[in-house]
Amino acid sequence: MYLLRFKESRLVRRARTNREEIVQAGLSRRDMVRLGLLSSSGYLVTRLGLSSRTADVALAATSPPTRPWIEPLPISPIWQPVAALNPPPQVDPLPGEGRTRPHQALTRFPPQKLYEVHVKEAQHSFHPDLPLQTIWGYNGVVPGPTYHIRYQEPVLVRTYNELPQNHTGFGVPQLTTHLHNNHTPSESDGFPMDFFPSAIGGTQLFYDQHYPMQLAGFSKQFTPFGDTRESLSTLWYHDHRVDFTAQNVYKGLAGFFLVFNDKDTGDETTGFRLPSGEFDIPMIFSDKVFDSNGKLFYDLFSFDGIIGDKFTVNGKIQPFLQVHPRKYRFRWLDGGPSRFYQLFLTDLNNLSRVIPFEQIANDGNLLPLSVTVNSTLIAVAERVDVVVDFSKIQPGTSVYLENRAQQFDGRGPTGVVLPAGRGNLVLRFDVVLPPVADNSLPQTPPYKFYDMPAPSAAELSAAKTRSFTFDSSGDQWVVNNRLFDPNVVMANPTEGTSEIWTLQNDGGDWQHPIHIHFEEFQMLSRNGSPPSAIERGRKDVARLGPDDQVKLFLRFRDFVGRYPIHCHNTVHEDHAMMARWDIVPA
Amino acid sequence: MTLTRRASLLSAFAAPVAGALFAWSMNGQSAARSVPKPRPGAFGSEYFPNVRLHTHEGDEVRFYDDLLKGNSAIINVMYTQCQDGRCSLITSNLAALQRELGDRVGRDIFMYSITLRPHEDTPRLLLEYAARHHVGPGWLFLTGDADDIELVRRRLGFVNVNPVLDADINQHTSVVRIGNERRERWCMAPGGTNPRYLASIVESAVL
Repeated sequence: MYLLRFKESRLVRRARTNREEIVQAGLSRRDMVRLGLLSSSGYLVTRLGLSSRTADVALAATSPPTRPWIEPLPISPIWQPVAALNPPPQVDPLPGEGRTRPHQALTRFPPQKLYEVHVKEAQHSFHPDLPLQTIWGYNGVVPGPTYHIRYQEPVLVRTYNELPQNHTGFGVPQLTTHLHNNHTPSESDGFPMDFFPSAIGGTQLFYDQHYPMQLAGFSKQFTPFGDTRESLSTLWYHDHRVDFTAQNVYKGLAGFFLVFNDKDTGDETTGFRLPSGEFDIPMIFSDKVFDSNGKLFYDLFSFDGIIGDKFTVNGKIQPFLQVHPRKYRFRWLDGGPSRFYQLFLTDLNNLSRVIPFEQIANDGNLLPLSVTVNSTLIAVAERVDVVVDFSKIQPGTSVYLENRAQQFDGRGPTGVVLPAGRGNLVLRFDVVLPPVADNSLPQTPPYKFYDMPAPSAAELSAAKTRSFTFDSSGDQWVVNNRLFDPNVVMANPTEGTSEIWTLQNDGGDWQHPIHIHFEEFQMLSRNGSPPSAIERGRKDVARLGPDDQVKLFLRFRDFVGRYPIHCHNTVHEDHAMMARWDIVPA
Repeated sequence: MTLTRRASLLSAFAAPVAGALFAWSMNGQSAARSVPKPRPGAFGSEYFPNVRLHTHEGDEVRFYDDLLKGNSAIINVMYTQCQDGRCSLITSNLAALQRELGDRVGRDIFMYSITLRPHEDTPRLLLEYAARHHVGPGWLFLTGDADDIELVRRRLGFVNVNPVLDADINQHTSVVRIGNERRERWCMAPGGTNPRYLASIVESAVL
């Protein structure tokens, strides 16, 4: 609505100029540390003037110093199913269950794997130089336990809300767990309004979520097992409580949900032969701020977003990972709340060295063809699977995972990609473990995965078209000029049909990773041009830069009910940058 | 309900208005005062400025001690002379929200509308504005010293990250802050959305 191309304030401009001068001056790291411009952990020192609120309050807290590379990267345990749930799951909501709608596919796909998870408060150490923190975790751990799931093995997860009802501080003890990107019936999707409290009248509450784990298209076109080409690999689950998602996820409520089948097998001697087992490592990136007492801090009154100055991977600040000289699969996830990452592998002893890696997935689906890249950009909620070959790195040395996207606030990155060594060092890889067998990916890249044929001319011509324009009015987010109201259905595609959705960013210089629940899309075009090779897979998050327009092809199959489309800068999301759409029965 | 409330509001107004106006204008002269810096992480007495404000009912209040401390609140910013009608629209919508919440407003939760133009918006103007919008008990319109209002505005995050837009009053925000001070729990909602939905946010999150 209002184009936001105005001059920056003197304060903001000065801060930006400072950084740019530092970068252009080509100061060495030692110079910068000496001048107090770079902390010992490798970040540009946060200075007042980087956001419009810091001039007034000490809110742009600079976290206390922490020594980098002290602790190893934690890897979440694989969560194990239970033999039975008591009471047993049923179609209609059980007594004490937060669910309000019957399961639509429980009878057809009775669960073969039953899981029980308890969401509770616990103590967590982000770093030994900081005090223990009170976090919220699935099973009390950050990140939550990792699920290893196979297609055609229906799952039911029973989530108990054991959060303290009298909680004080950021976060609200009410839950709706979204399994991000899964082909899930609406009542199990974690719709933002489907949150439930921890107890009512002394009765502990829970919510049963049924994940049929069927491939999209199983009910008609691809009976009975669905379309293998739609197979998903790297999903994540997180809390989605409307208006409080950023706070609850910042407090720890996120984890991985990995799916396998007869191609992406979890065994590197079969199928696609992707690095597996201990060589398949999920990593969730979350930036945090800690106050002067070292306590996790969340600015409850920030409008644009939360930008942290401490970079955690799997819940630890700047951990290290010892690796063997072989190929690894990393599943990178931007856990938010608001930061974008442009990830490079950096050799601090040779800053001009370029270390390429292989990008094999963008969001949940493997790419049709992998792409060799020097870096990859991830916005909040996006996932990128990569293969890094450490046999190309000299044994005994280290390389760093470095975020070189310049970003000052929640509007989005500036577009400046910082020079090597001047960004945020997130993780250190130490190539110090002995050589071991590598049975993964014997062929040379690019690696071929599932075919992804373009929609046919008939499908395209039959597709209904809709537009979603994202803008703001008086600081209120609007979608198609409407404020969020969960009772208003903005689009109602019919089950079994396909549509073309155009997403348009009209909101000036703000950037928005737009997430569409349910079934991922194929991008037809970005700003009128074919998508790049790394956007040519099926995705569930579309990044909208300033004035960007993307055209997406989506199929609505197998299930019905309500779903949202929303910005996944979770602070924007919590400020109601969201719309509801429903799949209606044919 | 509305008629009765308006009647009592207007009769209560008559006596104290002169004193209130006097206090308000004196307050406008006060020198810049030092406000303790908040410790990040604590959204309580150290964070919210305890500045002197004046209500449309003619009372002098302290922002933190009298309005926020221990309370749940719905807070927005506005000014009576808003030309594009946005403030009026939001105020009318919040009046509908007040009707949705019924007598819990003033008991379980309070509504505060803070003027962005304290120089213009005297308690009398705010009172007339409140009456025009059928404002009931438990909802205060607030003015005060410009520096104090500015501090309150910033602390509540009614701030555009783009400083040029932030300085342009025509771009002022239509969002509302909804919170429970005692629980340090705050969220934000579009002030113009369905008042029933706004009421459900209040009920589920802060009451």
